[in-house]
Amino acid sequence: MKLNVNGTDHQIDVEDDMPLLWVLRDVLDIKGVKYGCGIAACGACTVHLNGDAVRSCQIAAADAVGFEITTIEGMGTPDTMHAVQSAWVDLQVAQCWYCQSGQMMQAAALLQSIPRPTDADIDDAMNGNLCRCGTYPRIRAAVKQAADTLAKG
Amino acid sequence: MSKLKKITRRSFMIGSGLVAGGVAFGAYKVATPHANPLLAELREGEAAFTPFIKITADAVTLITPHTDVGQGVQTAQALLIAEELDIDLDKVTLSFGAPDPAYYNTALADEAVPFQSADDSLAARSARGAAGAAFKLLGLMVTGGSSSVPDSYEKLRMAGAVARETLKKAAADQTGQPVSALQTKQGAVVLPDGTRIAYTDLAKAAADIAPVTDVSLRDPSEWKRLGKPVLRNDIVAKSTGTQRYTIDLELDGMLHASVRTNPKRGGSAAQYDTAAAEQMRGISAIVPVINGIAVVADNTWRAIRAVNAIGCEWPDAPYPAEMADHWQAVSDSFTDDALDKEWRNDGDVNAALGKDAKGVQQIEAEYFAPYVAHQPLEPLCAVARTLETGIEIWIAHQMSRFLQQKVAAVVGCDADEVIFHQQMAGGSFGHRLEFDVVTQAAEIAVAMKGKPVKLTYSREEDFAQDYVRQISIGRAKGALKDGGVHAWQMDIASPSVTASQMTRLGQPAAGPDTQIAAGVWNMPYAVPHLSVRAYRTPELAPISSWRSVGASSAAFFAESFLDEMIHAAGADPVAERLRLIQSPLHRAVLEAVAEMSDWGAPLGQGQGRGVAIVESFGVPTAEVVQVRDTSRGIVIEKVWVAAEVGQVLDPINFENNVMGGVAWGLGHAMNCEITFTDGVADQRNFDMHDGIRMAQCPQIEVRGLTNGDKVRGIGEPPVPPAAPALANAIFAATGQRVRRMPFWNNVDFA
Ligand code: FES
Ligand code: FES
Repeated sequence: MKLNVNGTDHQIDVEDDMPLLWVLRDVLDIKGVKYGCGIAACGACTVHLNGDAVRSCQIAAADAVGFEITTIEGMGTPDTMHAVQSAWVDLQVAQCWYCQSGQMMQAAALLQSIPRPTDADIDDAMNGNLCRCGTYPRIRAAVKQAADTLAKG
Repeated sequence: MSKLKKITRRSFMIGSGLVAGGVAFGAYKVATPHANPLLAELREGEAAFTPFIKITADAVTLITPHTDVGQGVQTAQALLIAEELDIDLDKVTLSFGAPDPAYYNTALADEAVPFQSADDSLAARSARGAAGAAFKLLGLMVTGGSSSVPDSYEKLRMAGAVARETLKKAAADQTGQPVSALQTKQGAVVLPDGTRIAYTDLAKAAADIAPVTDVSLRDPSEWKRLGKPVLRNDIVAKSTGTQRYTIDLELDGMLHASVRTNPKRGGSAAQYDTAAAEQMRGISAIVPVINGIAVVADNTWRAIRAVNAIGCEWPDAPYPAEMADHWQAVSDSFTDDALDKEWRNDGDVNAALGKDAKGVQQIEAEYFAPYVAHQPLEPLCAVARTLETGIEIWIAHQMSRFLQQKVAAVVGCDADEVIFHQQMAGGSFGHRLEFDVVTQAAEIAVAMKGKPVKLTYSREEDFAQDYVRQISIGRAKGALKDGGVHAWQMDIASPSVTASQMTRLGQPAAGPDTQIAAGVWNMPYAVPHLSVRAYRTPELAPISSWRSVGASSAAFFAESFLDEMIHAAGADPVAERLRLIQSPLHRAVLEAVAEMSDWGAPLGQGQGRGVAIVESFGVPTAEVVQVRDTSRGIVIEKVWVAAEVGQVLDPINFENNVMGGVAWGLGHAMNCEITFTDGVADQRNFDMHDGIRMAQCPQIEVRGLTNGDKVRGIGEPPVPPAAPALANAIFAATGQRVRRMPFWNNVDFA
């Protein structure tokens, strides 16, 4: 089957039901996508399918065919960071970071649909992304800062 | 008896957190530093003045031996060196270094001796000194106990100063200028005319002279880097997904493994039905490991899927199969025989709480703290590859030298033939102090004969194999008189977390366990009649250090009951605590949170506030929690925290650690427990044990106080006050006492 990830097509030979998470990580070596729970309970594996945030541990590889798949690597690089990434660096939403690729993917999708999220919007959108280190107050601030940056264009 | 024996013997007897015996260095070793491990790897023209700094013609490398588990301690260690060395962090290379006795940790000794942190008596100092000497002697290299910063604070600044002065001396020799005319700035020695000689250009000359060790440290008022917000060195990599953790490592030809071991912890191996697994795609081997079985495949998913397809009938665990029997065992251990230590016996508690006591009001209560799991978000994983002799290991681990011994025993090689590559950890909270994942990776690697193998636990396996936090019960009686607290008897029973861990390390744990009543035996209150007793329950499920260890349960009991007494006496929770506390450091944190929260200001409909103060790891920490009782349930609106740490090295990282600790304490108190059915943990993924999430996490306002003269770590101390402050706030808002964690058993949270 053929998967389009971060703008590049990849021809792969895997089981139809292999989760996209593991295709990205172990077949395509895209390691910004993280395994946390495998059951849609943590959000560490969040990627975008055509711009929507989804849990890649729940998407069968065959079902991702035909979509534009974006991972944290496709969001920005150390030299050209997305507004969300810059806010995360700026505010040092910093502990172990294992959850943060997923948090940033979720936050970017939120800002795409609600450019000026309220606290309640942030609660709703981000509640599925578990951070065991407890960085939530800083995540909240970073989402708002990224919203400001994007609003200024 | 030789002097050495006396030292280890004494340390053996003064505390149970200690590791003693088994090494035969001369006593002089206590005074002489361990050999510098960097010297062995130096080539011509390279210099390493101390175990922490290496300078070559191309690079300045700082060695940061404490494991970074997300607490940002790699940056903290590097900053301590850089402050004295005068170099910016973006101009250095950071390395975790190799396991070596030179990187011993002495600060942990403070936590292992039964003296209050404020106790500066001769007995307390000599106990700490003896424990520290034993740690140094054994080269005990550990990250834990919030000890990284205290351990590094002088040592690493001194390393930076030695290197700086040695480089100046080398430059002086080269240029004929007097040392006193030279300055250092941004990685270079600067001559009087402004000419800069980069440290890297001085490496060869510096290598040829003896290190200048007669140096003094700069006063904090002169600091240029410490005490100010800094960008963590790993932040850009982590924000763009390029940071690699153990789970992300790829080696040429690497195989992927997953494992299942007996979920009835300590139970033996099963009979396995592997027929289905053998037929699955990508499977290259099925390997028995101690008490379990592993599958080796060409990717992680196939390995996990196949190992889950193996049929297993697991033999029973050595502990009771059902949870009720665990609680019963703890409940049954409040006996004279099980008394581990009577920590406090001030005044005459028996008389003050007796039937005949006059003019007092008496109350009593019982509290419960369940097992809880560590479960950092990066699951346990390790990479291993056997060598001609020995083995290479990649893992994030907090006890690298013990790890070498454990792996060596599995492989049948010497400990120094275990080549260890420290990794950045995706969280730990105490989880990466244990060894199963790495010994299993080694067993599998041996079977795969030289092929690199990455072992990844499924989340379900990780939960099943978690060495959980101790289960504990607190029983308290109090007497109130004249509107205040008059007498207090606080009894606490739990299995010994220190003994459980030390047994797995093959080390003795003699004497009372400082952790059973941690945060309580050292509480700052001068109650006229006070007794604190710790009772030791025989080991049940195997347990391990969980962020803040004993104080996470014991201090919940004590600070909740104190609040009950204060309310029964009709006093104010802050004012009455202040009346009972003499120590200025403790008073200051309590006064700080009272001021920050405007304690006593009128509250709105349904709102309530609770306070708690706990000292753990030498850090007095006070917290005020504000909740609101709503139609959706209890909402935690805000938390104020003040902690006394001596120095705040990096304000942002400090705040992050405090926020994280508060969130950890609240989340688990509200939502989490591990229970056993038929000997197996019932909670196997984050749907049943998640901690706290965005919508429940309050605003958290943080203040670091620096009145004390000792520098302390902040990873754990914010945890213990969070649960009792929340319980006390819930009482204030609703009139309901919650005496059992997790609170959701009795309270609805929004
Ligand atoms: S790994 Fe997909 S949600 Fe946790
Ligand atoms: S930063 Fe560690 S899990 Fe979120």
